[in-house]
Amino acid sequence: MEFLLDYTIQNVAMGAALLGIISGVLGSFAVLRKQSLLGDTLSHAALPGVCLGFIIAGTRDMGAILAGALITGAAAALFMLVLTRNSRLKTDAGLGTALSVFFALGVVLLTFIQNSGNAAQGGLDSFLFGQAAAILRSDLWVMGGVTVVALALVVVFWKEFKLVSFDPVFARSLGLPVIALEVALTVMIALAVVVGLQMVGVVLMAAMVIAPAVAARQWASRLETMVVLAALIGMASGILGAVISALGRGLATGPLIILAASAAVIVSLMIAPGRGLLWEAMRQAQNRRRLRGARVLTTLYRLAAHHDNPDYPAEEAMVDAYHGVGTTRVLKRLEARGQIKQVQHAPEMTPHWVLTPSGITEAERVLSELGKQEG
Amino acid sequence: MSQLHEPDLAVHVEDLTVSYHSKPVLWDIDFDVPPGVMAAIVGPNGAGKSTLIKSILGLVQPTAGHVTIFGRPYKAQRRRVGYVPQRSSVDWDFPTTALDVVTMGLYGQLGWLRRPGKAERAEAFAALEMVGMQDFADRQISQLSGGQQQRVFLARALVQEADVYFLDEPMAGVDATTERAIVDILRTLRNQGKTVIVVHHDLQTVKSYFDWLLIVNVRVVAQGPVSEVYTASNLRKAYGGQIALLEAETFLAEKPQGEVVPMSGERT
Repeated sequence: MEFLLDYTIQNVAMGAALLGIISGVLGSFAVLRKQSLLGDTLSHAALPGVCLGFIIAGTRDMGAILAGALITGAAAALFMLVLTRNSRLKTDAGLGTALSVFFALGVVLLTFIQNSGNAAQGGLDSFLFGQAAAILRSDLWVMGGVTVVALALVVVFWKEFKLVSFDPVFARSLGLPVIALEVALTVMIALAVVVGLQMVGVVLMAAMVIAPAVAARQWASRLETMVVLAALIGMASGILGAVISALGRGLATGPLIILAASAAVIVSLMIAPGRGLLWEAMRQAQNRRRLRGARVLTTLYRLAAHHDNPDYPAEEAMVDAYHGVGTTRVLKRLEARGQIKQVQHAPEMTPHWVLTPSGITEAERVLSELGKQEG
Repeated sequence: MSQLHEPDLAVHVEDLTVSYHSKPVLWDIDFDVPPGVMAAIVGPNGAGKSTLIKSILGLVQPTAGHVTIFGRPYKAQRRRVGYVPQRSSVDWDFPTTALDVVTMGLYGQLGWLRRPGKAERAEAFAALEMVGMQDFADRQISQLSGGQQQRVFLARALVQEADVYFLDEPMAGVDATTERAIVDILRTLRNQGKTVIVVHHDLQTVKSYFDWLLIVNVRVVAQGPVSEVYTASNLRKAYGGQIALLEAETFLAEKPQGEVVPMSGERT
């Protein structure tokens, strides 16, 4: 555990934790507003800003680079809004267009700088996939400041952000400045992206916005819980990614953070109570079993009714033929529940089944419920 | 205070025109509702019923025309107006509870920076009781049925304690029990002297539910007390060919009911 005392690793872990918190909180709103792609567009659109910041400053000045990233990110969001408001393009198409236009521009600028022979350009392409180890204590102060401001805004305008995310039309009817609030949320996501640029890079930043929120959504039934949980999942993924990359030599931190967050998503999608796929599958299997039992039971009931004999012994092969499948297992289950019992019907040697009184009650309950639904 | 314009009318709409991509959705609408009535807005699909409500509430920018509520523009009268949007306009998978949604109706009165507290939650709970949903207060909204979701939306408007209520298709896709419950609540509101304006899709029930009617199809076809306006010729003017659907109702009553042969026995 000695490596945890390493100054660089501490920096990286703290930076990753901050990034996880801010992107988890703001990502929750983006995901609920169906704007998961917004994070993707904003982060890709940061690349031309990074390059422009470098060109203007003439050197790798972090302030200029981050400001540039924020400006082109915001420009891309604006571009998307103008596109969707004034044409028939839908939001997803608008986001996709803005993403590719701005990212292409960024790659052009990047290659231009790399071929310009400027010695200071070295490592500018690390913004593509992030270079966590290059993070300085001073960068942490910037990241921390941005995170604190964003969290404070979310706390202060909590009910407004909640209403705008749930029902923007109603929010407007109450007189809330919906557009201003939506712009605020978008700008804050751009801020989160800027915070994450050095860490995970423009290409993977979108996952950092989406993944913790999606994972948290599976477990939470209230927005409060979801946002806190997303922040925790984001923070945990950040620290986990940083620690793993410190343990294994030469493993890139940014992608590891994303992998950790994605693992949280997969686990949550599978096992979250009530919403997880496993639960859903179990519920379905249970339903199917219950239905199959009910159908076999009612078959026996109808046979008995048809023969005017509550103790009518139905041959198992006949029940099979009715349902077109083997029913042995279903019959055994019904027997275990005490709703039917096996009898011999001499001279035949094959298994026969009769309804017990509790089986008759159950069959009548099932049938009368069916009648209710049809009526 | 600026001069009042038609202060005796709960809602006064003058020369309202709304267009979308240069196609008129509403054309030169003049529409008045006196206070204390329960009014229906009916018209065929695409007639601009929802748009009319939305432009009264300032949610859609009209190309021309103006609206006053009790003599003043909507912006000055927000507190006196309650709104129930279409149920399908929101994602019901949002992580929140029924009580929380109802509390949102109070956000406007709360203003910035203040959080809903005990008093607000009590008010919201009372509204849930009025719509018969008190047992579902802490339920996730995604677990509610369509009719229950609609009642929650209605409760959210009730906490607004408005003088004029606008409801966009509150009876669409709800079960008969919920529809009856909603109509009862709306009647209570009207009997308290409030004005209730409903976008309605079911012509059969117009006469029994409402006392005021606006028939619209981009333009105003007719408006006034239901007893005067709900006529075959007015409806034909608005619905054109679709009127066959309405008259079929009379034909059906004369024909013997088709017999449904029940399926019996097991089928796979």
